[in-house]
Amino acid sequence: MAYETIQVETTACVRTITLNRPDDLNSIDERVTSELQSELRNVAKDKSVRCLVLTGAGRAFCAGQDLKSVMERKGPFDFTEALRRRYNPIISALKALEIPTLASINGVAAGAGWSLALGCDLRIASTKAKFVSAFSKIGLVPDSGMTWTLPRVVGLSKALEIAWMGDPLSAETALQLGLVNRLAEPEELAKATAEWATALAKSATRGLGLTKRAMYAAMGNDLDTQLEYEAQLQGVAGRTKDYSEGVKAFIEKRAAEFIGD
Amino acid sequence: MSTEFILSQLDGPVMVARLNRPDALNALCTPLMDQLIGLMETWDADPAVRCIVLTGSDKAFAAGADIKEMADASVVDMYERNNLQRWERIKRVRKPIIAAVSGFCLGGGCELAMHCDIIIASESAKFGQPEINLGVIPGAGGTQRLSKAVGKYRAMELILTGRFFDAQEALRIGLVTRVLPVETYLQESIAMAKQIAEKSPMAVRFAKETVLHAFETGLSEGLDYERKMFYMLFATEDQKEGMKAFVEKRKPNYKGK
Repeated sequence: MAYETIQVETTACVRTITLNRPDDLNSIDERVTSELQSELRNVAKDKSVRCLVLTGAGRAFCAGQDLKSVMERKGPFDFTEALRRRYNPIISALKALEIPTLASINGVAAGAGWSLALGCDLRIASTKAKFVSAFSKIGLVPDSGMTWTLPRVVGLSKALEIAWMGDPLSAETALQLGLVNRLAEPEELAKATAEWATALAKSATRGLGLTKRAMYAAMGNDLDTQLEYEAQLQGVAGRTKDYSEGVKAFIEKRAAEFIGD
Repeated sequence: MSTEFILSQLDGPVMVARLNRPDALNALCTPLMDQLIGLMETWDADPAVRCIVLTGSDKAFAAGADIKEMADASVVDMYERNNLQRWERIKRVRKPIIAAVSGFCLGGGCELAMHCDIIIASESAKFGQPEINLGVIPGAGGTQRLSKAVGKYRAMELILTGRFFDAQEALRIGLVTRVLPVETYLQESIAMAKQIAEKSPMAVRFAKETVLHAFETGLSEGLDYERKMFYMLFATEDQKEGMKAFVEKRKPNYKGK
């Protein structure tokens, strides 16, 4: 499929989506959200994809909503409509994918661009990456899931500080706060990302996917509900081919060869 | 025992019936409903069946009525066909029916689920009474049963806007009692049906009839009805066995007598 604003490639069961408007710091316009939605639908249907990587071309990961396209509009911009129709489905789709999603943050992640990274399950960043909430500086509320993810990762008060102050966070600070899982030198990022993504893609994908479902469900469940939910999902995982292979490999003292089913 | 549009299989004492019109997301065409109603009545009379689980596919319990069938009908056509009145025969089934719902459960599909006694949903279930979008209203009990299930104001919003609602919302408003992973909702529904099938069949049917009576009558009459049904069960061997087993701290062995 031909996209204008994103690039898509698949290597060793890893689908990589690259935001590809480097001259505009990969800012998000109508085409970007539409193409991301479309590609995420493809990924959901394609059982051969076992890990998704989201990254940016050039020096930025994603600068957030393209403000030019907002300013060019006549009359007020309908944020509510834009979020419901364009952004929220992307965040929901990332959460619904039952494979690991990994943001490889090569440069600045600002506004909704940061939200996109937070919408992924895991984050690896270049040591030169910067994180900017940006919303407070123009009188807005963090959106595209940021107010959901941020307090869960860093705690309520720190989340409010980040959102209100809007100061750029360094990659190092982001690592300390748990906002990124790993750092890599800029020239090493692509390789480190590929290694991590490939390892994830070789894992027992169904088990990983069910784990993701359980973890996200836990964000809204009490313990008893979650215990029952785990029991249900474990019943499912215990019937996968990868579980049989995993146990067999363990007994035979060899590395398991998972097929993702 | 299966038909063109209904696959069914007896799992112990539980009849598992699957709506099977996959090319139309189980839209409830007249032959499908005729087959379902016929089978329901057969199972109701079959002592080997203690409980029925009604399900569709993971993608669709039933996406609604068959719109093409009625799009060009006149009021006289609809009145003469009177297809919807036949659904009342499901209401008269005395054995418990559990709806195991996944995917689309819309319009007539949602009304069919509400003909059942318990609704269990998969996480991917999507409910709705979208008839208003087609210039009509629910016609197989939706306005009555949804109102009784979730209350006037929730039912009114759902029926007037025709919007879809997901399994979690259905759980919150009381339309479904359990939301389970799509991989397990059916087996858990069958497990619940088996649990019910272990009880005294007379008590189970009396319980169903008496609970349903609550929706037909005022409180005093309902309580009176309940007491009479309660007293009447003392004429069954199962009541003697149940209470004896309880005292003797053992599992009862019900015979349906």
